[in-house]
Amino acid sequence: MALKGLDIFKLSPKKNCKECGSPTCMAFSMKVAQGAVSIDACPYFSEDAKAAMSEATAPPMKTIKVGVGEEELSLGGETVLFRHEKTFVSKTRYATDLTNSMSEEAIDKALEELKVVDYDRIGERMYSEMIYVDYDAAAGADSYVELVKKVSGHGRVLILGVEDPAVAKAALDVCKDAKPILNGATPANYEEMNKIATEAGVALGVFGENDDELYDTLAALEKLGNKNLLFNACSSSIKAAFATTVQFRRAAIKDGNRTCGYPSIVNAAKLARGDAHLQAALLSLFTVKYGSIVVTDEMSYARALPLYGLRQNVFTDPQKPMKVAPGIYPINGGDENSICLTTVDFALTYFVVSGELERSGVPCNLIINDAGGLSVLTSWAAGKFSSTSIAKFFEEQDIAGKIKCRKLCIPGKVAALKGELEAKMPGWEIIVAPREAVQLVKFLKDMQ
Amino acid sequence: MPFTAKSGKFSASINTLTVGTGDKAITLGGENVLPFYTFDAPIENAPKVGIEITDGGMAEEPECVQKYYEGCETVADMAKKAATFEGVDFLSLRLEGGDPNGENKPTEELIQIVKDVAAVVDLPLVICGCKNVEKDAELLSKAAEALDGKNAVMLAAKEENYKTVGAAAGLAYKQVVGAESADDINLAKQLNVLMTQLGVDAKAIVMNVGTAAAGYGFEYVVSTMDRIKAAALSQGDATLQMPIITPVASETWGVKEAVASEEDMPEWGPAEERGIDMEVETAVADLASGANAVILKHPESVATVSKLIKALV
Repeated sequence: MALKGLDIFKLSPKKNCKECGSPTCMAFSMKVAQGAVSIDACPYFSEDAKAAMSEATAPPMKTIKVGVGEEELSLGGETVLFRHEKTFVSKTRYATDLTNSMSEEAIDKALEELKVVDYDRIGERMYSEMIYVDYDAAAGADSYVELVKKVSGHGRVLILGVEDPAVAKAALDVCKDAKPILNGATPANYEEMNKIATEAGVALGVFGENDDELYDTLAALEKLGNKNLLFNACSSSIKAAFATTVQFRRAAIKDGNRTCGYPSIVNAAKLARGDAHLQAALLSLFTVKYGSIVVTDEMSYARALPLYGLRQNVFTDPQKPMKVAPGIYPINGGDENSICLTTVDFALTYFVVSGELERSGVPCNLIINDAGGLSVLTSWAAGKFSSTSIAKFFEEQDIAGKIKCRKLCIPGKVAALKGELEAKMPGWEIIVAPREAVQLVKFLKDMQ
Repeated sequence: MPFTAKSGKFSASINTLTVGTGDKAITLGGENVLPFYTFDAPIENAPKVGIEITDGGMAEEPECVQKYYEGCETVADMAKKAATFEGVDFLSLRLEGGDPNGENKPTEELIQIVKDVAAVVDLPLVICGCKNVEKDAELLSKAAEALDGKNAVMLAAKEENYKTVGAAAGLAYKQVVGAESADDINLAKQLNVLMTQLGVDAKAIVMNVGTAAAGYGFEYVVSTMDRIKAAALSQGDATLQMPIITPVASETWGVKEAVASEEDMPEWGPAEERGIDMEVETAVADLASGANAVILKHPESVATVSKLIKALV
């Protein structure tokens, strides 16, 4: 629960000494409450007051870091329930499910497939970031450790789904340096698992038959001093899994119940075994509602394309628009002789416009200006999409040298720029395109 | 110590609205909790799934959907067939061909199709316009007249044509009026207010508050719905308590991820799977954010989304 400025002020020394850099203790307290400065900037805050504060100002949901180096992932750490309130900070991660009862060929095939779906979308790498290594006791502990060895070093963070402490220890021996998650604490084994996880320095995933059991086990582990935890949504049914995920997140963030404030793991592969489309549905559901890690049996392109787009949308900072990199984007095999169209770098504009251009089937070059990630009219009003900025951009990028065609279409909403552009870009024929992207198909076809 | 969750039940609730008549009629809304939060309070009316066909018939369907309608010659044949698919709660007929910038089919021709369809199915009907505001004013008014007594949804009246559509559909023929706005809570509210000032019963309005395919600005859809549900439930804002109906198919079957052929994008794999998953994932994200009904195209998507709803409610 965040402290208010006034609560902090009550604990402050009230000296108004200015040593912290703020004019008064009141002003300082307000800044601390907003998170703008650290409480340590004041040399006179008593230790007792600081301790009381750090407890009260600690975030409601823990940030758990897993993996190492470039593969390190941050989970949890959310402060709001809805994206319009602030920003979601840790996006949902997807784990591909493998088990030691799978045949050698099936495992090789799955690892091969893992490499296939790995692409860039508006500057973000899209891939399945984790592998869920599920332990099947029937296939033996040795084969499990072998599998863990085999899937290590594939650039994915491992989640070890194993409840047998001896097997967990053996598996961690071969992979603990890569900071996997040990996912297997239950009400029956949590003390032993806690020891193994703490010794190896890895995060521990917790299970319970129901929400009460899960909550009790989390509380017991906290009592043992372990706060490097995650919880598994109940997998008895889709309804139960949704209930755990939403209720724990809400209890942590809205009601300040810290025992619930850990990242969640939802096993969609288990909840929708054998139903490929239902699994896709669950991936979407738990991306929108509070899944920190969602486990799937396979990340195909069919699942990934909408899913990663959705995640990118949901986890974007509402105060910062998504941008595409400025440059020339050839569409429908556009080459140096194809017509040019220009618009702003706001991602939504780019997607809508490029989509319509693709639909037209007409080869063309879409030239994206650096316009601060704003929409056409907004950037025009802000002076970021003007005849000067467009002409300058064309010069800097040497577009006249790269493209022979001298026809340039500008968005209908900034038709006013036509005259100025013709003056600043001699040799170019400036054509005013329609106001709405949806009219582009007809416009381009008519022009041919 | 057991886990005790504070209930997130609200004292206000979403309006309850019936579409269609007789045994097949469906009821939307009525809940006083956030979408699928059945642990707070029971949700009496589960979200509904509709299937969409267009006046263009078979020719306008994506290739992978056509096989489900094999043997159908007319739009009415397709409607009859669509009614038999698993999980279908209502039928949506999109009068795409009316668009003056497209085929520009005459109103009479399209209304005849509406009548033909209504004659062969007893499912609740949703009539979608062609997105051109002038033509829609005419089309939806005439459709409201043609479907007198059917309690159908006219999707939708916009700020530019709400007077015509609202008067015909809401006042003259007592149909359900769709109110369409684009991803903005204030515009959604304003249109509802204007419509009720016109005399349309607030309880006979459904909203389409904006739609997008996953990855295409979907954050606006999520945040608009989140904020509308918050205003409707926690602040009890009666001008935003209308159920939400979200057309999904008309967005998802136009994006390249769903329609690019396997020849063009070999590594992406079969187009049908991509089309279904794009539709399913978008629809589920809509429902999780607040839609009380979604409109889809592929029978497999309809079955999947309907299955998920049953599992959650």
